[in-house]
Amino acid sequence: MIFFELFYIFFYIGLFTFGGGYAMISLIQEEVIKHSWLSEEALLDFIAISESTPGPFAINIATFVGSQVGGILGAVCATLGVVLPSFIIILLVAMIMKKALKNRFVQGGLNGVRPVVISLILSTAIFFFIKMAFTSGKAFNINTSEFSFDRTGIAIFLILGFFILLHKKKKKKSLSPITILAISALMGILVYFVFNLH
Amino acid sequence: MIPILQREVSEKRKWMKDEEMLDILAISESTPGPIAVNTATYVGYEVAGFWGSFFATLGLVLPSFIIIYIISFFYKDFMTWKIVQAAFKGLRIGVIILLIKAVLKLKKAVKFSLLSWIIFAIVFIGLFLTTFFNVNIKIGSFSLSISLLFILFGIIVGIVSTAVSKKEDKE
Repeated sequence: MIFFELFYIFFYIGLFTFGGGYAMISLIQEEVIKHSWLSEEALLDFIAISESTPGPFAINIATFVGSQVGGILGAVCATLGVVLPSFIIILLVAMIMKKALKNRFVQGGLNGVRPVVISLILSTAIFFFIKMAFTSGKAFNINTSEFSFDRTGIAIFLILGFFILLHKKKKKKSLSPITILAISALMGILVYFVFNLH
Repeated sequence: MIPILQREVSEKRKWMKDEEMLDILAISESTPGPIAVNTATYVGYEVAGFWGSFFATLGLVLPSFIIIYIISFFYKDFMTWKIVQAAFKGLRIGVIILLIKAVLKLKKAVKFSLLSWIIFAIVFIGLFLTTFFNVNIKIGSFSLSISLLFILFGIIVGIVSTAVSKKEDKE
């Protein structure tokens, strides 16, 4: 059943997310594609929306995926799923084992999982990039042929990346995620809508 | 979120001291799950027990849930507009850049030992191969998540290496 599936998949995603919202993207991506719930393009759209709306990223993305797959009940199941492991674990920690986290084996496990998470996020980014740059979106549920990056997209990527690096060098401060998203949306409108380049 | 939390919880309401807040943040970052949820649950528990944590977490989740649920209503219609499609084509590139930025930021925050680099490389190559050859690992009809296997792998290697280094210390 779709609701139970949403719940248990987001439950295990919540359970195995170490180190902030982006750490869950590779897990979400794998599950969402495997179940044919969304295409990579739609997932990227959801990430953009979740990042530019208020509230924790993890909650936003769970609610979004849940609502697209199973309506309001789907949204409730996915959100409950992603919150519950945290809730249970933190309650246990707060009640009975505050010292457990200082245990060297727990710290060892955390040290082991950190490089995995970094590697997972990097691989996901590269995977998205390759998928966007070299194939047209096949599984997208809205309009398939419209959604691929092509050479124009790669050019935007390089220009945007260069601009961000330049800004960091000059101002010694990196741009906020929301600013980066705003600039990229604006570039998208300019290139694909105003000048109609493809 | 953290500056707001600090102002509301410790400065205005005096529910907690600043040091306690720091402890809670450290714990929230090293337990699984979204950091915001962890923090809300913990602060709620410390201030008012189980129901405190329940309502703190509910309070954190509800605004997000409502906003996103409303957006999800308009999303599909919205995506039929040409100008929105163009904006999202740009946004997808922005998201990929955000992911790369997150990698660089996390890499800076974590001390990489030789073992960390080895784990990093194994996961990277492993994911590449399993994606490229479209590998599916199944137990019966249940298909396992490859990312999850790598996460478990990292935890186990971390624990085993701690155990091994402890033995070496004794010798």
